[in-house]
Amino acid sequence: MESGLERKYNFDVVRWFTVMAVVYLVVGASVGVYIAAELAWPWLNFDSPYISFGRLRPVHTNAVIFAFGGCTLMATAFYTVQRTCGVRVWSDKLAWFVFWGWNAIIVLAVITLPLGFTQSKEYAELEWPIDILIAVVWLAFTFNFIMTIAKRKTSHIYVSNWFFLGMMVMIVYLHVVNSLAIPVGLFKSYSVFSGVQDAMIQWWWGHNAVGFYLTAGFLGIMYYFVPKQAGRPIYSYRLSVIHFWALMFGYVWLGAHHLQYTALPDWAGSLGAAVSIAMIIPSWGGAVNGMMTLSGAWDRLRTDYVLRFLIIALAFYAMSTFEGPVMSLKTVNALSHYTDWTVGHVHSGALGWVAGISIGAIYHLMTRLFHTEMYSERLIGFHFWTATIGTVVYIVALWVSGIMQGLMWRAYDEYGTLAYTFVESVDAMHPYYAMRTIGGAIFLFGAIVMLFNVLMTVAKSSSEGSLAKARSLPAAA
Amino acid sequence: MAEQKTKAKSFQEWMEVNIWGLLTFLALALSVGGLVEIVPLFYMKNTMEHNKHPELIWAKAGAEPIVTVDASGKAAWNWKPGEGVRPYTALELAGRDIYQREGCYLCHSQMIRPFRDEKERYGHYSLASESAFDHPFQWGSKRTGPDLARVGGKYSDEWQRQHTRAPRSVVPESVMPGYPWLDDAYVDGKKMQGHMKGLQTIGVPYSDGDIEVAPALVEGKTEMDALVTYMQVLGTMAALDENKAYRE
Repeated sequence: MESGLERKYNFDVVRWFTVMAVVYLVVGASVGVYIAAELAWPWLNFDSPYISFGRLRPVHTNAVIFAFGGCTLMATAFYTVQRTCGVRVWSDKLAWFVFWGWNAIIVLAVITLPLGFTQSKEYAELEWPIDILIAVVWLAFTFNFIMTIAKRKTSHIYVSNWFFLGMMVMIVYLHVVNSLAIPVGLFKSYSVFSGVQDAMIQWWWGHNAVGFYLTAGFLGIMYYFVPKQAGRPIYSYRLSVIHFWALMFGYVWLGAHHLQYTALPDWAGSLGAAVSIAMIIPSWGGAVNGMMTLSGAWDRLRTDYVLRFLIIALAFYAMSTFEGPVMSLKTVNALSHYTDWTVGHVHSGALGWVAGISIGAIYHLMTRLFHTEMYSERLIGFHFWTATIGTVVYIVALWVSGIMQGLMWRAYDEYGTLAYTFVESVDAMHPYYAMRTIGGAIFLFGAIVMLFNVLMTVAKSSSEGSLAKARSLPAAA
Repeated sequence: MAEQKTKAKSFQEWMEVNIWGLLTFLALALSVGGLVEIVPLFYMKNTMEHNKHPELIWAKAGAEPIVTVDASGKAAWNWKPGEGVRPYTALELAGRDIYQREGCYLCHSQMIRPFRDEKERYGHYSLASESAFDHPFQWGSKRTGPDLARVGGKYSDEWQRQHTRAPRSVVPESVMPGYPWLDDAYVDGKKMQGHMKGLQTIGVPYSDGDIEVAPALVEGKTEMDALVTYMQVLGTMAALDENKAYRE
């Protein structure tokens, strides 16, 4: 690695975001495993309000999406934008404000959600004072990012930055509109929208949190880290242009497919479903572009565990972006909606794609940020297998049981009456809920191993003095 | 600023060298889908069934109090079940606040789809007008437990209380958490007035009488009373006619 980078760029803020991302991965996954266990063994709720499923579930989703996902995005966005623009981040102070602001939001979330302060809109539960803080910090992040690009030394803006930018703008729209609420107390407010309009706005947010935050943002990561780790340029520039604009324009329409057969007018749900089907093409465009970057260097997968993480993530991305459109087909949706199949689908995206690409990028970042080799390559290999096996166990459990659930609800016996009571379907879920808990626990174990490996690498870097040495080198041009 | 050596060959390339152009075009492209799908829902008459079937909404909502309480504490109802959708009373709203707080919507939907099995299991399919005053909506996205859109009146108050307190004491296979703490907490009338005023500001048709009566209505009521009262009103507001096609 070229010398003087530590002087030229602000890597300190990237380092902090990177390490915190791994901490939050462990926290978020731990809560996830616990609430999964609550569904299998409900006595684990212990009749306590603070750890009951309904209050902990938002802690899990907020921790994995906004704490782990957010820190990963901010680490990689600040890193990528500096490296690809050849300039230091526009404002160091603002970057640190984003770091401390975002972490304060996470701490507030972990305190307020178990206390029952919630707007009760999925993935947007945090109450209005925290929502305002999120808007301020997010705008600071976006502004700093844009200004860094504005003062860049390179002529063209790299594709990763298009994706990060698309995410930032869209999240501003979504967060502001979906969070509009009338406060009736310090930690209580009501959405200004009601019923059907509120539902549409919520799922416009809900699906685009997936589409932009968890997809566009992480495609930005993919476009920088896959070529870097593989040491080859991205497969096709043309493909990246086409799938970028198709994704930006198209993904926004998808939210309505969450509301098919509900009281949302049919035209809206059908429109959402139609665009969803079309989205297979741009989604696969991204997956193909990432995977084909390895064309001619596939043997690297045998030895490079970081690359394995990145590529298996793309495989999961391709799979879940095929599964999603299928589930948005009306006939499939009639069966899958309200079941655990949806939860399984989300996790094939979240564990397989988002966590996979993040973990790969974080391992890549660790060696560059701490100027040393990872503490243990073998542990990365171990993590790869636990993450993959855990994810597969998890999603298989919920595929099987989700479809079973849907079929049991609509089954009729020979007399034309419903074959099962609802509670029989709940009872039938038990072994699968247990299996999914085990899958999640395997994944969590891998995450703990990663945290250990990361912390040991930080310690190694500090005992070798490699970071201090890198800092002392004068900046190149 | 970047040095521009050659002239951009295409619009795409122009955006790639011009951050403000890229930003502007992105902001436009990203706004279309949401505008097309959301804005019409506020204007198209056929979104809300009560535009065609006005009987779905209680005619006196906002003009007369839903319920009054006399000096002796006796309640007199102006509204009767089936007379149409109306705002929640102070006690029902307190129950709904608890429903939100405990995250009930994460496992229970309140949205019945127009399928034969759902009709037999839960009742008539849900209408948009039925959640017209629901800020926020509570349609849910998951049925770890059954749909609750029309659970009102299906079970006795006593069953609901016991089931909420200790679910497995009445349904052994249930995976629902118990909520015994709801028996020990009381509803605050003053606070409920604030909540109702907030909702009134954003257009929920509360009469001033509805807000005035709130402290008397919730006097001495526990959170358990409130939650059960809320559940017992779900789906009972509008009387739906099997022979009418409310939606196309």
